[in-house]
Amino acid sequence: MAQLNMVQAINQALADEMARDDRVVLLGEDLGRDGGVFRVTEGLQERFGPERVLDTPLCESAIMGAAVGMAAYGLRPVPEIQFMGFTYSAFEQLFAHAARLRSRSRGRFSCPLVVRTPYGGGIKAPELHEESTEAIFCHIPGLKVVVPSGPYSAKGLLLAALRDPDPVLFLEPTRLYRMIKEEVPEGDYQLELGKARLARKGSAVTVVAWGSMLERVLKSVDGYDAEVIDLLTLNPLDLETLLASVQKTGRAVIVHEAIKTCGLGAEIAATLAEEAMLHLRAPILRVTAPDVPVPLAKLIDQYLPGPDRIRAALDEVLKY
Amino acid sequence: MPEEILATFQIKRLSVLNENGSADLSLMPELSADEIWRMYQLMVLARCFDERAVSLQREGRLGTYPPIRGQEAAQVGSAFALKASDWVFPSFREMGAHLTLGYPIPQLLQYWGGDERAQKTPPDLNIFPFCVAVGSQIPHAVGAALAIRYRRDPAAVVVYFGDGATSKGDFHEAMNMAGVYQLPVVFICQNNQWAISVPLKGQTASASLAQKALGYGFEGVQVDGNDILAVYRATLNALEKARSGAGPTFLECLTYRMADHTTADDAGRYRSDEEVALWSGRDPILRLERFLAASGAWTPEQGRVVKDEAIALIDRAVGEMEAAPHPSPAELFDGVLATLTQRQAEQRKGR
Ligand SMILES: Cc1ncc(C[n+]2csc(CCOP(=O)(O)OP(=O)(O)O)c2C)c(N)n1
Repeated sequence: MAQLNMVQAINQALADEMARDDRVVLLGEDLGRDGGVFRVTEGLQERFGPERVLDTPLCESAIMGAAVGMAAYGLRPVPEIQFMGFTYSAFEQLFAHAARLRSRSRGRFSCPLVVRTPYGGGIKAPELHEESTEAIFCHIPGLKVVVPSGPYSAKGLLLAALRDPDPVLFLEPTRLYRMIKEEVPEGDYQLELGKARLARKGSAVTVVAWGSMLERVLKSVDGYDAEVIDLLTLNPLDLETLLASVQKTGRAVIVHEAIKTCGLGAEIAATLAEEAMLHLRAPILRVTAPDVPVPLAKLIDQYLPGPDRIRAALDEVLKY
Repeated sequence: MPEEILATFQIKRLSVLNENGSADLSLMPELSADEIWRMYQLMVLARCFDERAVSLQREGRLGTYPPIRGQEAAQVGSAFALKASDWVFPSFREMGAHLTLGYPIPQLLQYWGGDERAQKTPPDLNIFPFCVAVGSQIPHAVGAALAIRYRRDPAAVVVYFGDGATSKGDFHEAMNMAGVYQLPVVFICQNNQWAISVPLKGQTASASLAQKALGYGFEGVQVDGNDILAVYRATLNALEKARSGAGPTFLECLTYRMADHTTADDAGRYRSDEEVALWSGRDPILRLERFLAASGAWTPEQGRVVKDEAIALIDRAVGEMEAAPHPSPAELFDGVLATLTQRQAEQRKGR
């Protein structure tokens, strides 16, 4: 099996699926000739032609809106938004149309598209290039939200997303693009959407993470009897896996790089409190960014949760 | 009659200096010799700033930086026409305009070094922060123009953006509103021919960007953006028109980004060396030098002095930028809200 980084794994998933299914069409800024600003789509326009890998004008709302029309017509568009911060100008199309076309048309039309966008902090890029606002998207019914944590999950989840009958937001943790190499099977394999992964077994505390925080968490839990859950799909949540783990450990720490208020940690904590109250032995803690906009490079390390804060939360819940 | 012609239109292109630096005297703007010399100094300052910023980035002393090489005339020439009471809404690539308006150089460097604190414009400059989301500053400019009109102030608004931004809905919505209300705003598009890897013909099927203004009911002019005298003249006219209540203008400054899109980009992947060479021959600084030299007002020796002065100024600014203390984590919270929420206040204390 080949050792690939996440950029290569995503590129392979796109190429394989485009070869298998001629309905798959990529569209976005700079993804053709340039191969994308992170080179994720490198070589795809050469291989599949400019009709299937469209360099669009600079217009996120039209990219998203056009993808809705393409999907309703029977294609499988994969709109790329160059950075998560620029999905904001496409909100109307994503929220008011992509996510609700099926329900608005009572099933007459559906919207099977996969929005790909780099997300998350730690790459010392300009403003709006390191956003982690996944919770906003999880709040929208009709939209699935998926976050791989490494090359293997990236390929398997993307292949599943590309075959999903509904719109999927596929968030690619930018910090991990070239950080981790893993064995990635050449052929076709899918990781079921809505299923979390047990990244590490333990019995004293459950740590929940996703995206680039998973790597930080795994580095921080040495010496703790911690079970680590890699969420992979943020909406819908894999409650079964979460509850089974917390019922066993009785403690939970949720780590995310988004800000605290109304972050996805709040949803997870509330659900655990509702469903597993009698198993809990300690308050559920969240380790998050502070409630401020993502800073520029000089303070990004202070903003993102680091090992010290993760370990402090583990120590805290283990006191109970 | 089954069909009538409802509209026909013409789009003008303005240039004052040709490529050899000789001027059409009938179009010369009113400028003293000292003022033209000042423009020259500012273009050189902008070029030196840019070169230094790129090398600081390569040394790891600045973060990602978007070079302006080739766009100095469009930026300096337009900003030179502004009055202190006018308002400016930049994109992220107007360092030449900032330098012209007297923006502190250490602060410009500090911004690209990733320091939050640099986003605070000095109180005597009506300049909005750099705008990274392409085109989203254009509606803000229209809003400021509405406010100017409401308060009956004798001011105008300038908004800068690139050719790529003209594809955004924000551009069209803002242009339309400015036309409907006939607002005192000057839209300055620096058409540097590329939006990262997508050339102009990948953004628009129209023959010029300037003609888009006609659809919104006001004048659009294409200007030779490598000709500082033409840019200055067109901007001055548009500003006077705006201040006098005669409405908006759209200026398309036809120029070229000679460098990569940013220091994270490799333009060699998408454009030819011949194209870059062609535009290097149209360098806006060279053009003004030729114009000045023809009347004996410029010599290579004087050119060197101007450059040395600019470099000395930038050296000092780099020193000042690097002497600034690293921001503290508590500064993350500065300015998030006038009064922090209880949770923010606790987080600020490290809880
Ligand atoms: C809304 C939005 N989409 C995408 C980007 C990423 N991006 C930054 S600059 C750029 C190209 C801008 O081209 P143009 O408007 O012509 O200005 P230029 O960079 O050439 O000065 C893109 C796609 C962004 N900053 N904002």
